[in-house]
This record gives sequence, C-alpha cells and structure tokens, in this order.
Amino acid sequence: MASSQVIILAIIATSLATFISRFMGALTSEKVSVKSKLFEWFNCVAYSTLAALLGRMIIFPAGVLAESALIIRLIVLVICILVFVLSKKNLVIPTILSAILLSFFNSL
Amino acid sequence: MINPQIFLQGLKSLKGSKSPAIPLGACFIALGALLKDAGFNLQQSAASSLFTYALPGQLVMAESLLLGASIVNIFIAVWLVNFRLYPMTVSLFPLLDHKAQPKWKYYLSCHFLAVSSWLIAKDGYRKINKKHRIDFWIGIGIGTWSTAILMTIIGYLSADYLNKDMLIGLAIVNPVYFFCMMLGAMKNINVSIAVIGGSIFGPTIYLISTEWALLFAGLIAGTIAFLFGGKNGK
Repeated sequence: MASSQVIILAIIATSLATFISRFMGALTSEKVSVKSKLFEWFNCVAYSTLAALLGRMIIFPAGVLAESALIIRLIVLVICILVFVLSKKNLVIPTILSAILLSFFNSL
Repeated sequence: MINPQIFLQGLKSLKGSKSPAIPLGACFIALGALLKDAGFNLQQSAASSLFTYALPGQLVMAESLLLGASIVNIFIAVWLVNFRLYPMTVSLFPLLDHKAQPKWKYYLSCHFLAVSSWLIAKDGYRKINKKHRIDFWIGIGIGTWSTAILMTIIGYLSADYLNKDMLIGLAIVNPVYFFCMMLGAMKNINVSIAVIGGSIFGPTIYLISTEWALLFAGLIAGTIAFLFGGKNGK
C-alpha cells in the first residue's frame, strides 16, 4: 500500500495533469470564434473523444466494473437506452435502473 | 460580479429529469470506496475530488498507485486520459464568452469542466442571455463539483457497507447517463458522426495502445465528422 506522502504527491500530480488541459482550453478559447471552422472542428473532436471514452468504459472498463461480464454490461446499456427513449428522455429512471439491473445480473 | 439569478438557474440544473446528481453521486460513491481500498484517508479522498474532479483520471491514479507506478507515470497517464478536457473546453467556452465579463471567471471556472457539466451546459446555454452565460456555467459547475466532493466522502464512509455487486452496479450508472445524454445531443449529422465514430474507434484503438487510444480516436473520428458532416455542428 502506498505511503501517505506518495498519495499526496499522486493527488497533486493528478490535479495538475488535469488542470493543464482545462486551463489551456480556456486560453485557446479566447482566440477561437464561435462562427469559425476551427470551433466546429473542436466541437467534433470533443464529442468523439467523449464517445471514445464511453466506448472504452463499457468495453474495457477500469475499476470494479471490470469484474462484470461484457455481455451483461451491453444488455444493461441497451435496456437503459430503450427506457430513456421510451420515457421521453428522462434520465433519472434509466440511470437508477442501470445500477439495479447490473447489481442483479451480476449477483446471479 | 456574478449574477445571482442566472447562477441559481445553473445550480438548479441539478434537479429535474436531466439531473446529473444521481450519476455523479453513484460514480463518486464508488470512487470514494475505491480510494479507501487504495489506502487513502478521508481527507485525501475528499482532496482528490476537490482538486482533480475528473473521474477517469482519479481512477487511473488509484489503479496506478495500487500497481506501484511512479509519480511521473501517473502524471502522464492522467494527462492522456484527461486530455479530452482540452477540446471540451474549447468547444464550450467560446459560447460563454462576453467581453463585459472578467477573465478570472473563465480561468477559475474551467476547473468545473467535466463530462456531466459540459453536457448540461451544451444542452442549456441557448436559453441564457450571452452576457450572463458564464454565470450560468459557474452555477452548473459549483453544483456538480460540490456533489462530487460530498459523494466521495459518503462513498468513503460507507465503503464497509457496500458489497462488490453494489459497487459494480454504481459504476455502470455514469456511462449509461453519458450515453443517454450523448444520444440526446445527436441532433445534427456532425455530432452524430462524431459520437458513433468515437465509440467505435475508442475501444478499437485501445487494443493497439491503451494510453493513446482516446487521443487518437477523438482526433480521427472528430476530423472525419468535421470533414463529412457539413455545417451547423454546434
């Protein structure tokens, strides 16, 4: 197990590594006009990076989620998306349902 | 200073049928429990969410620590997984820009940039007068950020009462929420191609390089969407 000092250093390193991207983004934003092509490109890249992260989270998850079967995760995701569409885009119902479903399937 | 009414309007996005409070709560409770497992104390766990506030990076940090990785390696791994925040900021902040607003608001509030707050802001900014959009964003940010910190603490304290199946259940909530929000955002061809392309390229490139997958998948799929998607990609 890591010592307290290492943990504090890790928190600082993680926070810095994260804030750099946000702050650089804020600086770049000052030079990017909403109407420009560059803004459109950044918009596309932002959505696809996010989608890439989500795809990875479901198919190759980190943390405890890795201990569930891929097929179960996919079934839960599909059911919840259907509920989302059928409930006129309510997000509370499918998100609560997803936790219950996965816990249930995983304990079988 | 900050317009209180607009700020509250942003803060109130925590309520309602699109509320991010449940998914944020679920994933940060799971994170709190994981950090306890990784040997963090309560203050360190809360500080991690306070100063980092980006779940995938915090997961990478905890897992790297458990594997005994060096601080430099942790920094690089976290930077790569959280680099998405750069294009996300650039695709949001110009929409909130107004010359009457001081720059410090932008420099400080960029810390609130996370997937949930970004999706809410992208969904709701049009309703707000351009001059006050940054205050709307600060409202969203304070709400989501403080929820994350509080839930990390609750997760840490309740770690002993959560069994494995419950933690796994909590961990799926966040990706499900994000997927639904993204589906809701696929209103034009640009964003639709970006989302579909990203979710295919992300896991595919991950098979070749675990660390660079997000960066490359985002760049490739995003550029394809930009080139073939036509206009109106907002």
